[in-house]
Amino acid sequence: MDPRPAIIGRRLEKIRRIIAVSGGKGGVGKSSVAAALAVVLQDLDYRVGLLDLDFYGPSAHVILGAGRRRPREEKGLVPVRVKGIEFLSIVHFAGNRPSPLRGPALTDALIEMLAVTRWGPLDFLIVDMPPGLGDSMLDAMRLLKKARYLVVTTPSRVALETVRKLVALLTEQKAHLLGFVENMRKPGDPPAADRLKPFRLRLLGELPYDPRLEKSLGSADGLGRTDFAKALKEIVLRATDFP
Amino acid sequence: MHEWALAEAVVAAASQTAKRERLKEVSLLKVKMGELQQVDREVFETALTEILRLEKPPLRGARASLEIEKAAFRCRPCRREWKLESALRGKDREQTEAIHFLPEMIFVYVRCPGCSSPDFEIIQGRGVWLESLEGES
Repeated sequence: MDPRPAIIGRRLEKIRRIIAVSGGKGGVGKSSVAAALAVVLQDLDYRVGLLDLDFYGPSAHVILGAGRRRPREEKGLVPVRVKGIEFLSIVHFAGNRPSPLRGPALTDALIEMLAVTRWGPLDFLIVDMPPGLGDSMLDAMRLLKKARYLVVTTPSRVALETVRKLVALLTEQKAHLLGFVENMRKPGDPPAADRLKPFRLRLLGELPYDPRLEKSLGSADGLGRTDFAKALKEIVLRATDFP
Repeated sequence: MHEWALAEAVVAAASQTAKRERLKEVSLLKVKMGELQQVDREVFETALTEILRLEKPPLRGARASLEIEKAAFRCRPCRREWKLESALRGKDREQTEAIHFLPEMIFVYVRCPGCSSPDFEIIQGRGVWLESLEGES
């Protein structure tokens, strides 16, 4: 038997809450939401980690300006720290090269990372989930049993079509769904609540399309100062089941 | 010391198995390790011994045997097969270390020596396996 899954629960036991930032579709801003959520929670004095599970297109390191440091080896891997946030991504190992992994290799890589990574005591581990409902999503549902899912969508009907399937799967599997955030909203967009009503899932709040977000790339401090992050902070402060 | 984390996983799995099989005493853990994992054998065996020494019964004091399985790869497009030694030839320390930490990085840094494809499979020698436990029920 593969012994690695047997230790994963112990590796995650010092983490109070795992939030999987999901969206089903690429391009809805999952990574921005995940990185900003980590920054916002850290700013609120929580102990925070960020795990980028997007093995094909990792981007949280670009948003936070994580640099090229490797995790430290100490009876396992100790995540790097970016502005006090514990951070782990495939880029620590692959650099900027492509990672052409087929499904089973993807699963093996995820199990290995979860089995050997020593997260410190954390209030929150934010997981930047990959797009799609394939191997990574199924692995996360199997291995991150404590995860609560924050669903990111946009006002686009195309995004909603994919999110519909993600929510259906998570609901069917009795996953803990925190609710929606609607990202990239522009003035004049119709109210999100109307569009999301059929999902019977709580709308936690709306995030504006913020041109300053692009300019903040590479700086956790800069990200925290954007209107985008400020709106996310309001959502966190309003939501009752975040802390 | 990434070996320590893998040794802990082996002991955790052995503990779960011993409980499920209601073993009163475990004398031996048979472990197989893929060469691709590139573990330091001595460090891994020392870690296993140390962790088992501190375990509660039925695992306390059990011995462990370790077998290393050679790694081999097969290209999907051209069917060529090759071994780890040739796969790692010419790789720098940063690349071999990345593969040590996360063996799937072989797909990042290695290409088929015949056709340069990244689409190959690890036909053996990946991962760590708890092969069997010996003990008394």
